[in-house]
Amino acid sequence: MTKVLMKGNEAIGEAAIRAGCLHFFGYPITPQSEVPEYLAKRMPEVGGTFVQAESEVAASNMIYGSAGVGIKVLTTSSSPGISLMAEGLSYIAACELPVVLVNIMRSGPGLGGILPAQGDYLQATKGTGHGDFQLIVLAPSSVQEAVDLVVLAFELAEKYLNPVMVIGDGMIGQMMEPVEFPPEGQGKPLDPGDWALTGCKGRKKRIINSLYLDPIECNDINLKLKAKYDLIAKKEKRWETYNCDKPYDLLICSFGMMSRICKTAIDDLAEQGIQVGLFRPITVNPFPYEACRKAMDKAKRVLVLEMNMGQMLEDIKLAGEGSKEIDFFGTAGGVVLSPDESLLKMRKSLRKIPKATKAKPKKKPAKKTKAAKKRKSR
Amino acid sequence: MAGTEVLMAGFGGQGMLLSGKLLAYAAMKKGMEVSWLPSYGPEMRGGTANVTVCISPKQVGSPYISRPSALLVMNQPSLEKFGPRVKKGGLIVINTSLVPVKANRDDCTVVYVAAAEIAQEAGTARAANLVMLGAYVGWAGIVDPDTTIQMIEKEFARKAKFIPANVSAFKLGFEAGVKAKEGAKA
Amino acid sequence: MKKIFASTKGLTDRPTHYCPGCTHGVIHRMVGESIEELGLRERTVGIAPVGCAVLAYEYFNCDMFEASHGRAPAVATGAKRSRPDLILFTYQGDGDLASIGMGEIIHAANRGEKITVIFVNNAVYGMTGGQMAPTTMPGQYTTTSPFGRDTAEVGYPVRMTEVITQLTTPAFVARVSTHTTREIVRAKAVIKEAFRYQAEGRCFTFVEVLSTCPTNWGLSPREAVKWVEKEMVPYYPLGITKRPEDFTEEWKDGGH
Repeated sequence: MTKVLMKGNEAIGEAAIRAGCLHFFGYPITPQSEVPEYLAKRMPEVGGTFVQAESEVAASNMIYGSAGVGIKVLTTSSSPGISLMAEGLSYIAACELPVVLVNIMRSGPGLGGILPAQGDYLQATKGTGHGDFQLIVLAPSSVQEAVDLVVLAFELAEKYLNPVMVIGDGMIGQMMEPVEFPPEGQGKPLDPGDWALTGCKGRKKRIINSLYLDPIECNDINLKLKAKYDLIAKKEKRWETYNCDKPYDLLICSFGMMSRICKTAIDDLAEQGIQVGLFRPITVNPFPYEACRKAMDKAKRVLVLEMNMGQMLEDIKLAGEGSKEIDFFGTAGGVVLSPDESLLKMRKSLRKIPKATKAKPKKKPAKKTKAAKKRKSR
Repeated sequence: MAGTEVLMAGFGGQGMLLSGKLLAYAAMKKGMEVSWLPSYGPEMRGGTANVTVCISPKQVGSPYISRPSALLVMNQPSLEKFGPRVKKGGLIVINTSLVPVKANRDDCTVVYVAAAEIAQEAGTARAANLVMLGAYVGWAGIVDPDTTIQMIEKEFARKAKFIPANVSAFKLGFEAGVKAKEGAKA
Repeated sequence: MKKIFASTKGLTDRPTHYCPGCTHGVIHRMVGESIEELGLRERTVGIAPVGCAVLAYEYFNCDMFEASHGRAPAVATGAKRSRPDLILFTYQGDGDLASIGMGEIIHAANRGEKITVIFVNNAVYGMTGGQMAPTTMPGQYTTTSPFGRDTAEVGYPVRMTEVITQLTTPAFVARVSTHTTREIVRAKAVIKEAFRYQAEGRCFTFVEVLSTCPTNWGLSPREAVKWVEKEMVPYYPLGITKRPEDFTEEWKDGGH
């Protein structure tokens, strides 16, 4: 297979086609507009359908209609647009329809800016819309991984009949890297199963609906969805560790493009003889808590670096259960920490690790013990 | 070879993003890992635009870099902004057609190229970006000039009449780069 | 014995939840009969709105979606563009279509989506308890216009049929009513024609149906149909306002 040099946004569009998705509904927004632009050209070539929706609200309802009739479908947007799609996504999740969407995150809140950010982590993983539903959320850190995860997203969406979101920041959408695609024509159409609305010829009518006025019935739906999310959490967690095979005092937790920046800083530190590990979740929902905890257990201290004000930080804290001191540094608004700046943050955290614990642990002087005793006696 | 990072900057429309793309293509053809990260946004329309190309034998770490090993600048604001960031021992290529000042870096190699004039000589002043690219390719020796020329021909395939001027602009820039390298060695 | 009337296969046997005197049931039947008579039922997918007809997915005897408030035309767009062989209809009220869903309906019409929209206009929000709708008549009392619709403050009722008609894109657009048997017979013919246009893959089709809401109007069913005739019909004139055949090449330049 030959590699081609491609912009992340265009590669995402092509990846969907290779996964067998021939239907796209979406609305332009920077920095993801190259996806609809690319697919407007490409879909007619492969006999597919491209529709520019009048809004993201409409786009999210168009994919509801498309998936509902049993068709593989994609939409893409960026942060403010995803907020508008929240409505459709809640219905899609409630009706258990397989759709794939991509959020090329820009800075916020509000109109924010068009530069890269990771400020939609919590929105994607914890609260995309109203009601108890979850998306499967995948976070690539390279154009190649974006392609691979879009293909995986379609598989997972169909397997679990659940919306799957791929989140990348503006950088991943705008940068070019060499990529390899699965061969054309390999992606299969969606199996309409026993749920898709294909016309009731020779069978009973089907209904795609999320209205349950009976509280018991509505509770049951929520229990059913919860069981599905638990299964997904059991089976589909994915992550990467970097430089974790050597002993390390400090563990960096970072996702998406920010983790790439951290890797360069970690390499630079390794050249100076300092080993720092990296834990990067690939599925940010379900979050790989256990694997994260394992990586944390080997460290003396943890540093979380994100392009937001501390969103994945909450999951790292849940994973650590208070077992480790956790530092955080974040940037937003399109400010991206450079590898050098990241390295300085790592050094700062390293300095906070007491020398004593680095070498053989020595007993601390009595001062603290007194206070500890006091606390105990209460 | 170790990895290298090239930052190319100029006004929007001066074609530095394209120069970066051609460099990335040529490096990829040679089997190297590359990344091409543009600045994007309102500056695309007439403001300053820049692109970072990382070339590495192994997977590129951060495509966003603090200190490039080479800087190609088309205008003065870009030189002022990025000049101080170039790595020690790095390279700065300056378009003297638009940048009337010197680079204040004696720890770097600085190559001065009258890109617009040279491009004019080649047939069109618009190809100044390719003179700059040529100068870098000639100096750095990382990618093959012939591959780069193939990439130029491919890029302009739909506007074939622009190919000769752009290719010769690249070649003239390349010669200037090679000459500068020899001068530096001597 | 000769059978002169049977219930349509286009509807299920489920009793509806509609109030006495409400014409939703009649409109359901006209839609159900149309898709049955045209032989379309087995490839029809309907889309229920949010509003009084929210449970319509239980009543139509074909595959059904339940959409979010106002978005039925977007859902229909997604479905029709994905499976063009299906017949898609939306069934929407005035709050759903003319208020929260104004964007979706206009753009579905403007793109010329080959779907059928049944727009039930009863000049009030029914399900939520009789609030003012975009189609509420001037001076009409509702729970959110307790002193009567004040046009100086909230403007005049929206005439959706006319709004859709003025779009350049070819379409079949009509307004019908349910206030007399005669009008019901006419309405049925128009609805059937709309589905026929869709089945032929011709154009976007839109039928506004004037309907009653005795409960929220505070009128008896008999008074309610009179009210439609006296108050609504003069403001909302009946008839077919646009056919795809009306489209001329000159319109392309915006010169009509």
